[in-house]
Amino acid sequence: MNIDLARWQFAFTSVNHFFFVPVTIGLAFLTALLQTAWYRTKLEEYLRLTRFFGTLLVINVAIGVVTGLVQEFQFGMNWGQYSRLVGNVFGAPLAMEGLAAFFLESTFLGLWLFGWDKLPKRVHLLTIWAVAFGSMLSAAFILAANSWMQHPVGYVMINGKPQLNDIWALFTNPVFVWGYAKVVFAALVTGAAVMLAVSAWQLRHRGDREVFTRSARLALIVLVPAILFAMLVGDELGVVEARYQPMKIAAAEAQWTTCQPCSFSLFQIGGGNNDHTPTQIIAIPHLLSLLATNHWNGQVVGLTPLQQQYSKQYGPGNYVPDVFIQYWGMRVMAYLAVVVFLIGAWGLWLIRRKTLATSRVFLWVAVWGAVLPFLMNTAGWLLTESGRQPWIVQGIMLTRNGISPTVSTTWLWISVVIFVLLYGTLGTVDFLLMLRYSRKQLPPPREQADADAPVPAVQY
Amino acid sequence: MSLIPFWFIVIAILWTGFFVLEGFDFGVGMLHSAVGADEAGRRAAINTIGPLWDGNEVWLIVAGAAMFAAFPGWYATMFSGMYLALVLLLAALIIRGVAFEYRGKRDAARWRRTWDTALTTGSVLAPLLLGIALGDLLAGLPIDSAQNFTGSFWDLFRPYGVFTGITLVLVCLLHGATFLSLKTTDEMHQRSQREARRIAPFTGAAVIGFIVWTHVTASSAFFLNLIELTAILAVIAAVWLVFERRDGWAFAATALTIAACILSIFVDLYPNVMVSSTSAANNLTVHNTASGAYSLKAMTVVVIVFLPLVLGYQAWTYYVFRRRVRREEFLPAARPAPEPAASEAAASEATAIEAAAGLPVRDADGKGP
Repeated sequence: MNIDLARWQFAFTSVNHFFFVPVTIGLAFLTALLQTAWYRTKLEEYLRLTRFFGTLLVINVAIGVVTGLVQEFQFGMNWGQYSRLVGNVFGAPLAMEGLAAFFLESTFLGLWLFGWDKLPKRVHLLTIWAVAFGSMLSAAFILAANSWMQHPVGYVMINGKPQLNDIWALFTNPVFVWGYAKVVFAALVTGAAVMLAVSAWQLRHRGDREVFTRSARLALIVLVPAILFAMLVGDELGVVEARYQPMKIAAAEAQWTTCQPCSFSLFQIGGGNNDHTPTQIIAIPHLLSLLATNHWNGQVVGLTPLQQQYSKQYGPGNYVPDVFIQYWGMRVMAYLAVVVFLIGAWGLWLIRRKTLATSRVFLWVAVWGAVLPFLMNTAGWLLTESGRQPWIVQGIMLTRNGISPTVSTTWLWISVVIFVLLYGTLGTVDFLLMLRYSRKQLPPPREQADADAPVPAVQY
Repeated sequence: MSLIPFWFIVIAILWTGFFVLEGFDFGVGMLHSAVGADEAGRRAAINTIGPLWDGNEVWLIVAGAAMFAAFPGWYATMFSGMYLALVLLLAALIIRGVAFEYRGKRDAARWRRTWDTALTTGSVLAPLLLGIALGDLLAGLPIDSAQNFTGSFWDLFRPYGVFTGITLVLVCLLHGATFLSLKTTDEMHQRSQREARRIAPFTGAAVIGFIVWTHVTASSAFFLNLIELTAILAVIAAVWLVFERRDGWAFAATALTIAACILSIFVDLYPNVMVSSTSAANNLTVHNTASGAYSLKAMTVVVIVFLPLVLGYQAWTYYVFRRRVRREEFLPAARPAPEPAASEAAASEATAIEAAAGLPVRDADGKGP
């Protein structure tokens, strides 16, 4: 019971946290691009766009920061035995994240937000780049920590405790290198999709056509390569994970027996941990071999032999992750990525034909398309984290041994209820504010106001 | 040399830095409705910490992460033992954090009142709960030989811990009031000073009581140690300076008070990190909770490189936003820049710091100071 509640709470808070993080990373980068465009070209449109999307960025950052605090505290609160055992490896990148990245991101966001009239233009431009850089850097450290849970490296076991002996190994861990690239591209996809959706809504509702065509174009130029790279990197990450966490990939195809070559089913009916022979619909030959091993005829070891192997290696137990989550997590992520790519490609084609601003069907699709990256991100994390089960650190500690022994079921219920109510309320408020500000008029061009007036500061 | 004592010092510094900086943010959060009589005033009060509070709060994140990395046993026992108190703390910090961002985003009185209440509540609860948590480290909690907390939620409310919490709330209140005195003008400036004078005697009494209690709890020596003595002298100086209306020096004195209070907990704690009320043999110490030598060495390099850098750019932020915030900037009618003549007149009344910084109107060309 306790273990389920603790896991559910961590999953709930993490998934919520990761709604805001990729928007922050992606929009910070795009806002920095817009401001750079303004700095270079001196075109008033870019300044207005910078401030417009900057406001959306700030609404998001606030909730990203506070939900991040919950994540950091939860390791000690709910996963005390885990923290005790692995703190000296896992804690190091977390501490580095705070020192090197969080300070940078938060301090410079304050400088950017309030510094419009106080800093020289060039320095002010640097502050938004510092925010964008800081947010990407923080993702690097937390991913290094997470990758260590998937594939532990750079440690020796002393008295049954992993002791760090090579900090660089954490940052050259192949799971980290590919996983980090994947997260950065996914964040750019998310930020660009949000920018595209807002621009499309404005174009549909008589927003300034000249200005929002520019932002839609920028979003598309970032979106299309980012989703392509996310798919390519994701493919390579799959190969890496198949090497270190074969259960994860076998479960993603619900592959119970070893196969060579292996096909990939588009859909299946039935399946799950108790149904080893689901009905597969449209199996594409060789595709799973390619995805999991990069070879046309690669071998994928099935769940049953893996289970036997793990039982021999680690003692009796159930080492198969939730097959339903793996199978559909993988497909939701991959299929939606294709849809996002198609939307992006359609948009680029319309730009070429110079009809982007008037194609109402495309604009409608682009508005609703913003939902897709959030579903993809969530599915991707479920695939990664649920696929690690039953391990909290692959091969070193089981999840059920990681929880805090003294946290009672009552305490857990109280915290679960508080977090659900709090996140539910704040998530709704945040979403409504984002909508409200997305639908606002642009800030007026400066020449219409008093020409000598300062750019009005963004204030609380 | 072992890096274990060094990391205890780093963590003490991080907690101290957090309270010195976020302390006045808490105080401003508690006082913003009292000092700002109307909407413009409240917004002005919040905007004195607008660019700063987010960066200040990171000190807490880093303090927690440093405990995790350097003393995993301490982090695990403290955070799992104080479970419900920390859930409340997180809730307080969350509603407070979003209150800053959200209250100005809709022009409706009820919306703002809701977030004002959230801001004030969160700003009181956060230092109270953190004070209880820090006080409990020294007061002792039921901890067994496996380093696990064995008590209930109510065991967290040790008299010394609760008094530490109350003291920190009062110190943050005074710290916030001296900060507002330093950062506002005209009526708001006077109201801030008045609030500071009203709070100062209570803060003074609480800090003296807290230091004596700390000393009696943790030390068998008759005389106070240097840090404890500093806290008492600093708070007396703060009260006197508040009544003398020396804004800058009063703020420096409250900063020193809060720093010395936090440091005295850590100084009196060492080499323990959590006292066990069950048995002294079960005390968590820096040695039985620390990470391996290699981890500490790797992180030492990182902290030596980055902490000075962080201090550098945070100091620069304070320099950039050094001028006072004027309530007039937030009046709806005053949005198009004020008349140059009026601002010249205001500048001549303002302090030297402000005049040197220049009023926003003169930065209108975008060149800045």
